[in-house]
Amino acid sequence: MGLQQIWFIIVGVLFLGFFILEGFDFGVGMLMHWLGRMSKGDAETHRRAALNTIGPVWDGNEVWLITAGGAMFAAFPHWYATVFSTLYLPLLVILLAMIGRIVAIEWRGKIDDPKWRNWCDIGIAIGSWLPAILWGVAFAILVNGLPVGPDKNVVGLSVTDVLNPYTLLGGLATCALFAFHGAVFLALKTGGDVHTDAVRLARLLSIPATVLVAGFGLWTQFAHGTSWTWAVLAVAVIAQLAAVAAAGGTREGWAFLSTTVVIAAVVILLFGSLYPNLVPSTIDRAYDLTIYNGSSSPYTLKVMTWAAVIFTPLVLVYQGWTYWVFRKRIFAESIPPSIGLPLRRVP
Amino acid sequence: MNALDVSRWQFGITTLYHFIFVPLTIGLAPLIAVMQMIWVVTDNPAWYRMTKFFGKVFLINFAIGVATGIVQEFQFGMNWSEYSRFVGDVFGAPLALEGLVAFFLESTFIGLWIFGWTRLPKWLHLTSIWLVALAVNLSAFFIITANSFMQHPVGTRFNPATGRAELQSITELFTNNTGVAAFWHAVAASFLTASTFVAAVCAWWIVRAKGTPDASALYRPGAILGSVVALASCVALFFTGDVQGKLMFHQQPMKMAAAESLCHTETDPKFSVLTVGTHNNCDSITRVIEVPYVLPFLAEGKFSGVTLQGAKDLQQQYEQKFGPEWYVPNLFVTYWSFRAMIGLLAIPLLFALTTLWLTRGRRVPESRWFARFALWTIPTPFLASMAGWVFTEMGRQPWVVAPNPDGDPLVRLTVRQGVSLHGPGLVWVSLISFTLLYAVLAVVWFYLIRRYVVAGPQEHDSEPAPPTPPRDDDVAPLSFAY
Repeated sequence: MGLQQIWFIIVGVLFLGFFILEGFDFGVGMLMHWLGRMSKGDAETHRRAALNTIGPVWDGNEVWLITAGGAMFAAFPHWYATVFSTLYLPLLVILLAMIGRIVAIEWRGKIDDPKWRNWCDIGIAIGSWLPAILWGVAFAILVNGLPVGPDKNVVGLSVTDVLNPYTLLGGLATCALFAFHGAVFLALKTGGDVHTDAVRLARLLSIPATVLVAGFGLWTQFAHGTSWTWAVLAVAVIAQLAAVAAAGGTREGWAFLSTTVVIAAVVILLFGSLYPNLVPSTIDRAYDLTIYNGSSSPYTLKVMTWAAVIFTPLVLVYQGWTYWVFRKRIFAESIPPSIGLPLRRVP
Repeated sequence: MNALDVSRWQFGITTLYHFIFVPLTIGLAPLIAVMQMIWVVTDNPAWYRMTKFFGKVFLINFAIGVATGIVQEFQFGMNWSEYSRFVGDVFGAPLALEGLVAFFLESTFIGLWIFGWTRLPKWLHLTSIWLVALAVNLSAFFIITANSFMQHPVGTRFNPATGRAELQSITELFTNNTGVAAFWHAVAASFLTASTFVAAVCAWWIVRAKGTPDASALYRPGAILGSVVALASCVALFFTGDVQGKLMFHQQPMKMAAAESLCHTETDPKFSVLTVGTHNNCDSITRVIEVPYVLPFLAEGKFSGVTLQGAKDLQQQYEQKFGPEWYVPNLFVTYWSFRAMIGLLAIPLLFALTTLWLTRGRRVPESRWFARFALWTIPTPFLASMAGWVFTEMGRQPWVVAPNPDGDPLVRLTVRQGVSLHGPGLVWVSLISFTLLYAVLAVVWFYLIRRYVVAGPQEHDSEPAPPTPPRDDDVAPLSFAY
């Protein structure tokens, strides 16, 4: 296998890691508010219990995206340049939303005041809903193709290139899938009342997630797939059904493993449908941006391969260990009282 | 304004925003690690309180540092796609390595540090903050290596078949003399920023807590620690800055000329401290205060016999070499940012010396002017850092990749050639939205830091909790929760 193939896989794996790990982060962010509303006890404590299931790990999860972006830049500069200069507005919205989410999570408990926390919750919700939808839209656009011209730049982009039933379905599918993944994760990581509510949410979300993901998967397979991606689609559907069954019977570990497999399969399906293109051209297939005409030089790819071979296992080990350290379920009762300062105007 | 101008403003604004928060993170992480280490070794609870106190400020700052940094990773592709195509083969490598090596490390271990107070054994928890401190400095090394490639491209050859710069040697890229000097200079500046912050906050608290045991047992050692580190940083800044100047003299003579607003080539010109004039018409300048010998020393390490090239002569040379274009940076900005960077250094230096003098022996200063001096000192290193980066980046205009006089002359790109092919409207949308969001967040950041500094060390942080491994009983209280 050539270095260009290897790097296509590495970028795919980085996005896979990002979607699996941020998938439940987004899900928790989307569902936090609803867990508060469902609670019979103190809504604020329930929201905090939900948020703290991702407390020590969400920052590390987000770095998968940063590294995926860096890997695109290093291995396929033309891909990086074409995609991010073309999908300018969606990326801008994703970035603004993620900025808001980062500070909202970190600053939420710094001031002990309902209004302050409410604003932070809005930031967390926006920062979770929008990227969850827009990443699906963005990848659907990519698989669908863009009007790439002969000089690798996109010319004459029209609204229907970006917004059409397929891309919108992609957005809804990822959103539903991340919400379901997040609910299952919450069910796995919480105990007591919060757990009961999370299980109810997971059951509620299982049907829309299944329908949307199956629809998007089938459309992708029929419109862009190749022969071997049928197997991936089959894995996605089976895993999704297993997840629904396990979530219904409150076997959270199996349910979480299954939704993880679903997300992995969807990402593999998308990247598999794309291969060997990076961006298919809707003008002329001769203008396709491929892993062969879009990559860095062999020397750069070789150097970066060594770096990836050395550091990726290390990252997996210490991130895995972090999950092990914080493996205990979180109960509403285990949330300590707020230690934030009272809100006061600065004189 | 066209898309080029808007893109330049956007990159400038977002980068400067990012660099308000970055130096405090880079410098404060090791300082907190030192404080925690002193606590672990001596078991003195004062250092535990200090660690918690500055730890909170650190985390408030860390969050916004991460948030403003995310944009930078994608902005190259969004607004500078042609630049990204031209240098991606070289420039992408340090960026990807930064993510892989440094960002993963800092983001994972900061989580362990925040939430691990009663989950990890003491030594492992201490190791976490040390790893964070190491990682934030590593990330600085990678990104400054990438930036220094733009200032002084090395290890790279232009490939006419693909029309782009291609990496020849990763070791040359990472041992770029410009990069190594810039890294140590930026690290010294970050240590100065953070140590001045620690010293000034403690100094202000010494006066505020006057007469209490905290003033002498808690804040006084903190102020001394901060001041000693600040003094060392000043010395490091002086030497690394000197090395950078000597490199710049040879590698980027136009930037050197711009730093002095020097129009015509002169032998042994004097260092100008104050001038009057519009600068961008450099013949209009009247030199008011000048110091001899400084400039030849800065350039070549001797006091006379040094010829410095002027902007107008360089312009002619460059036109012959690279074709018609205006190669002179904005002289007003480069001249004054250079002076602001150097001049602002005097204030933290003076403050550190004052603090060490007032706390000599067993003295505990009580005068109000000292507290006020401390507060006014805090912003100066931030401003000096920003001025330094403005000088570095605007001094290389109009290049985005400045040609290396000893390298492949075809590895060069002007900002005009590097910008994406957008209409100005699209870039305006992002410029306005980033600026507004960042402005709001910066106000909240300032409010939070001020609130936490004024509130002081908290009651509930006075007792160090013993580490406890997870137990079998289900409901284990968390030591910290968002």
